[in-house]
Amino acid sequence: MGEELKVKKIKDGTVIDHIMAGRGKKVLDILGIGDGYPNTIALLMNVSSERIGHKDILKIENRTLKKEEVDKIALVAPNATWNVIKDFKIMKKSKIELPDILEGVLKCPNPKCVTNSDEPMTTKFMVEEKQPVRLRCNYCERLIDLKDVL
Amino acid sequence: MSLKGRDIISIRDLTKDDIELVLNTAEKMEPYARGEKISKLMEGKILETLFFEPSTRTRLSFTSAMQRLGGAVMGFSGTSITSITKGENLTDTIRTVERYCDMIVMRHPMEGSTRLAAEVSSKPVINAGDGGNQHPTQTLLDLYTIKKVKGKIKGLDVVLLGDLKYARTMRSLSFALAMFDANITFVSPKGLEMSKDILTEIEDISGKKPIQTNEIEAGLKKADVIYICRIQKERFEGAKYFDQTFYGVPVRMALLSLISGVI
Repeated sequence: MGEELKVKKIKDGTVIDHIMAGRGKKVLDILGIGDGYPNTIALLMNVSSERIGHKDILKIENRTLKKEEVDKIALVAPNATWNVIKDFKIMKKSKIELPDILEGVLKCPNPKCVTNSDEPMTTKFMVEEKQPVRLRCNYCERLIDLKDVL
Repeated sequence: MSLKGRDIISIRDLTKDDIELVLNTAEKMEPYARGEKISKLMEGKILETLFFEPSTRTRLSFTSAMQRLGGAVMGFSGTSITSITKGENLTDTIRTVERYCDMIVMRHPMEGSTRLAAEVSSKPVINAGDGGNQHPTQTLLDLYTIKKVKGKIKGLDVVLLGDLKYARTMRSLSFALAMFDANITFVSPKGLEMSKDILTEIEDISGKKPIQTNEIEAGLKKADVIYICRIQKERFEGAKYFDQTFYGVPVRMALLSLISGVI
């Protein structure tokens, strides 16, 4: 089959391309997509890429992404591209970029943080650095280790 | 540069210029804080002190500061007589009590609670301690005490000694000292060291790498100032503990009048 990808196009859904090699599984975890998903999921790992050397690609049939999900994916797959597919065509293509503020996306790992109380509020993290990612909780001011929140 | 209408939640919210403004204003407030001069600067204004956790010095010095400036104080200390015991959350409590006052001073055990209060309240909120996170007015009076005793802050060798991991004052003071270009040495028992991210931040601010050691003698060798936490410092001869307690009043007078815009 030569250089041709061994996976069929999806009719409707989402394709996330240019994921850093090895992070595709993490993106699936973020989306909460696992064994019980009723439609096709294709995860291509370690595909050669002119832009980033090697990359992972994720194709998910009949699934759209919410803004909070895209923001969360940006933490593990910065600069990935996000394609919305409708009837086999790319309807929208955008770059996944980490915003300056992440709102309502992550839970603060500090049990004493007010965001983990019963207050009617959403979490907010300031992105102090994007590469490598450095996040600070807007409320308890703790620096967040990504391992604790993803 | 003005502090009018600002919330004071974290030392991170203040620039070096803001801090200098407070310290210089505090100097002018001292005769009023001692009762040698009378002021009506805050007449007609009400400060609300919401202490969800116990406090002696912070709460009483805020009360003294406001009353010395002719303002009124109301509030509570402990939650047993409030609607919080009936299950009211902090957000609703703040929405209610902000209607009665011009400014709020608050201490609460949850970290970030005062930031939330500031977001909810249309009146300025001053953090008087949010769990293990921040206590900015304590840092301001610590800086004021150092400046009073040593005449300056810049270039001083300051040793922060004790529980550096959990004591909230240590974090915010070291942050502020870095802004003022002091040389910082952290001395702590093993396991209670200052966290790495604070060390990195301090280096980012001042361009100087702080020293971190578990050896008390090495740490104290050429100290201009020793700041001790969790040890009964009032027992040390020459300690400035009671002076520092007084300085809480002019510093808080300065802060209250600057935030309310009366000066």
